[in-house]
Amino acid sequence: MILHPNILALLVSSLLISLMLLYSSYYGIRILRSWDILSGSELQLKLERRTYLISTIVSYFLVFQLASLFLFISTADSICELFIGAMCAVGTLTVNHFGYPTLLLKIWTFLLAGFWLVLNHLDNQGYNYPLIRGKYLLLLGMAPFILSETVSQAIYFGGLKPDIITSCCGSLFSSASRGIAAEVANAPALPMLAAFYLSAAVTTVWGIYFSRSGRGGLLFAGLSALHFLISLVAVVSVISLYIYQMPSHHCPFCILQKEYYFVGYPVYLSILAAATTGFGAGWTARYQAVDSLREDLPRIRVALIRASLLSIAVLVALTSGYVACTSFTLR
Amino acid sequence: MIRSRDVSKIFNAGRPNEFRALDGVSVDIDLKDVTILKGPSGSGKTTLLGILGCMARPTSGRIFLGDTEITSLPERFLTGIRLKTFGFIFQQFNLIKGITALENVMIPAFPTGEKHAPLKRRALETLDMFNMLHKAEAKIEWLSGGEAQRVAIARALINRPKIIIADEPTAHLDTRLSHEFMEIMRTLKAEGKAIILASHDPIVYDSDLGDRIIEMRDGLLVEGSSTV
Amino acid sequence: MAGSIERQRHILDFTLAALLRRKAKNGALLTVYTLIIFILSSVLFFGHALRQQAQGMLRETPEIIVQRTLSGRYHTIPLSYADAIKEIRGVSSVEPRLWGYHYDGNSMANYTIVVPVEDAPPEGSIDIGSGISKVRLANERDVMGFNGFDGTPHGFTIRKVISSESQLVSADLILMSERDYRAFSGIPANHAIDLVLKVRNPKEYTTIAEKITRLLPDTRPIIRNEIQRTYNAVFSWRSGVVLVIFSAAALAFAIFAWDKASGLSAEERREIGILKAVGWETSDVLFMKFWEGVAVSLTAYLAGVSLAYLHVFFTSSCLFTPLLKGWSTLYPEFKLMPSISFGQLTATFLLTVVPYVITTILPSWRAATIDPDAVMR
Repeated sequence: MILHPNILALLVSSLLISLMLLYSSYYGIRILRSWDILSGSELQLKLERRTYLISTIVSYFLVFQLASLFLFISTADSICELFIGAMCAVGTLTVNHFGYPTLLLKIWTFLLAGFWLVLNHLDNQGYNYPLIRGKYLLLLGMAPFILSETVSQAIYFGGLKPDIITSCCGSLFSSASRGIAAEVANAPALPMLAAFYLSAAVTTVWGIYFSRSGRGGLLFAGLSALHFLISLVAVVSVISLYIYQMPSHHCPFCILQKEYYFVGYPVYLSILAAATTGFGAGWTARYQAVDSLREDLPRIRVALIRASLLSIAVLVALTSGYVACTSFTLR
Repeated sequence: MIRSRDVSKIFNAGRPNEFRALDGVSVDIDLKDVTILKGPSGSGKTTLLGILGCMARPTSGRIFLGDTEITSLPERFLTGIRLKTFGFIFQQFNLIKGITALENVMIPAFPTGEKHAPLKRRALETLDMFNMLHKAEAKIEWLSGGEAQRVAIARALINRPKIIIADEPTAHLDTRLSHEFMEIMRTLKAEGKAIILASHDPIVYDSDLGDRIIEMRDGLLVEGSSTV
Repeated sequence: MAGSIERQRHILDFTLAALLRRKAKNGALLTVYTLIIFILSSVLFFGHALRQQAQGMLRETPEIIVQRTLSGRYHTIPLSYADAIKEIRGVSSVEPRLWGYHYDGNSMANYTIVVPVEDAPPEGSIDIGSGISKVRLANERDVMGFNGFDGTPHGFTIRKVISSESQLVSADLILMSERDYRAFSGIPANHAIDLVLKVRNPKEYTTIAEKITRLLPDTRPIIRNEIQRTYNAVFSWRSGVVLVIFSAAALAFAIFAWDKASGLSAEERREIGILKAVGWETSDVLFMKFWEGVAVSLTAYLAGVSLAYLHVFFTSSCLFTPLLKGWSTLYPEFKLMPSISFGQLTATFLLTVVPYVITTILPSWRAATIDPDAVMR
């Protein structure tokens, strides 16, 4: 294994975080079994107090997971020179089969944690904890993903030995190779750009409608999820081209580097933010009939939608800036 | 109106040191009155005060604040109601050492997110009501007993509560300060505030301030609590 | 929403004032915390800067070096091999190199003797590295004597002392003319120590290396990339080993932090009890503990990292040098070019602040869930 300090940091922090979440899940099970809001018993009071601990843990988890996600990519990037053929993070991640799964699990658990926190915030507004069951079921559902991310990351790093020949961006993302990575890069560029703008427009318009009328929430959630996927595909297949100003450089990780003014960070952060808040906002539509949330639901819904639309706008602005203001063109 | 229905409070339930502080107490407190809870120490006065004042939840029984049942409200909501409705004066004053009188008065309002400037102004006005303005920036340790008492009362008033709750307020005060305290309570009553006092001090329960006296012993109400 | 920002401001103000009130307890924690971050950052900065510097220098090394081996050991390489290699397609130039080691019994040090391609000293003169100059107390125009391969003493006049800018590689260096060196070392006239190649297309390194081995089976071509990778891996591995050792210290710190956080003094417990009694909710107290953690961590992090930066780049790692000198008697001053990276700063954060935060979550929560009526009983 490569004993790089960043790798050690990632492994240790992932392990600690997983332990924290296992601990939370244990209490989640107790809560699901013994929760009774109407009893004034000491046990109930203890459980209520415990929920504060769990939401604190999940909040910290969200922040750490975000840092860990970007550190993972940045580390993969910096050790790429240890592998023949690897020109950046893409090469490092393909050295063994656990590289990309770890990345995907990190993103997925981040999204789940964000969603959980939205639910938690909503639940706290109701005087009878209306969403408590769903919330803790979700937490239990998250636990296996978080554990597998820690394990996958450990196996990935454990299996890294320098000098293994791997594929680099060029051949992985070029038209000739197969696999999902190639298909994504090969999504035709200009139509993909159009799809991106269209998706942003539709999601925004529907978001405004949903915000005003309170209807169509589930559709908005679906649109947010769809826009998330479209944005990611668009970044790889067309937006990255404009950032690199090269027709064949599709790497999704190089935009996080200094040479490109770290523009990758606002790009990816806005995509993640839009997805979490948008999906969360849409999901709140399910709880419109809940008595104890009646007062606060509209306010929270509007705040989430606003955050989501703002994030979408950020990416649209960045993209348009690169498309309009650079001399590079695909035509 | 605060109503309790068959309220019991058991500490350390199921353990060898189980202690029943309240046993099926049902009482109606009229918020136009000054209510005095009278009884020896250990009678459950403090526990009942805590439950009526939304500081603790009963083990069994129900509590109504006006028309709302507050028994099974989560701690968060209970605290919110308590913040806005009640002002507490404790036996030991319970002021935070190391900070000034003014800061002590402002602390209960911090969770409300009120802006600093208006809050500070209101705190100074409240201190002024008790002629403590000149001591606003003094640290708590340097205040005399009477001054600390007045800061404690000012703190109880900062969130403009409707109901003042005082637990054995004169326990650590001499006769002169005790009478001073009752005078302040009289002023507050004149302003329309409801007051609930718990005390076994004759200066308190024998004064003409009390509209209603509720006697307690061993966690139960004594039959025939009278109205003065 | 505006209310909640104001609320945080109030809680933050209160927390900072409270921290300053309890200087003794927090001071101890802060000192240990800062120390841990300081040590970790120093190791990471040092390793990273050393790696950067080495990489910079490695960029100047030859693209391919061809050595000759005899029964698995180093042997001199005939110059005729160079002609054969020049014929390989893609090789733009082949140059022979003369260099070697010399052990000096007097100073118990190993010197490296190199015949430079340009600006070689005239016969009878040598250039020496700053390390040698210090150890043998020799300066320009002094005469130094060595015993050659056959025991014959040779005397050389020092032309100049190599400047200390490139100390990492030149401290133990002696530059000599070709004739002097051949006479001194006994290397046969038509042999060299190794050959250095320049290649037109970097993508061809492996192909050309394969061709050389096929053509001349007793040779061993070494590609620069391989060296870079190996150095990189070794540097990282070394930092990693130190980190594993460091983890013992980190664990001790975590236990210390836990102890400090759980051991609420009676005074603190009373204070929190009062806050809860006058209307602070569990989440308010949790935020207070959160801001406490942020204030302490931020101060420790900034102080620790700044001190580490000064330590590594302005005092040349004065605390590490005793550990690094080892048995070598010729060592450079570790004056490194300041360079840090986002990756290191984040790694420091993840290895110190994260464990601290995690160990204090539970004690903070316990403190925050004190009963509101605790002060009344």
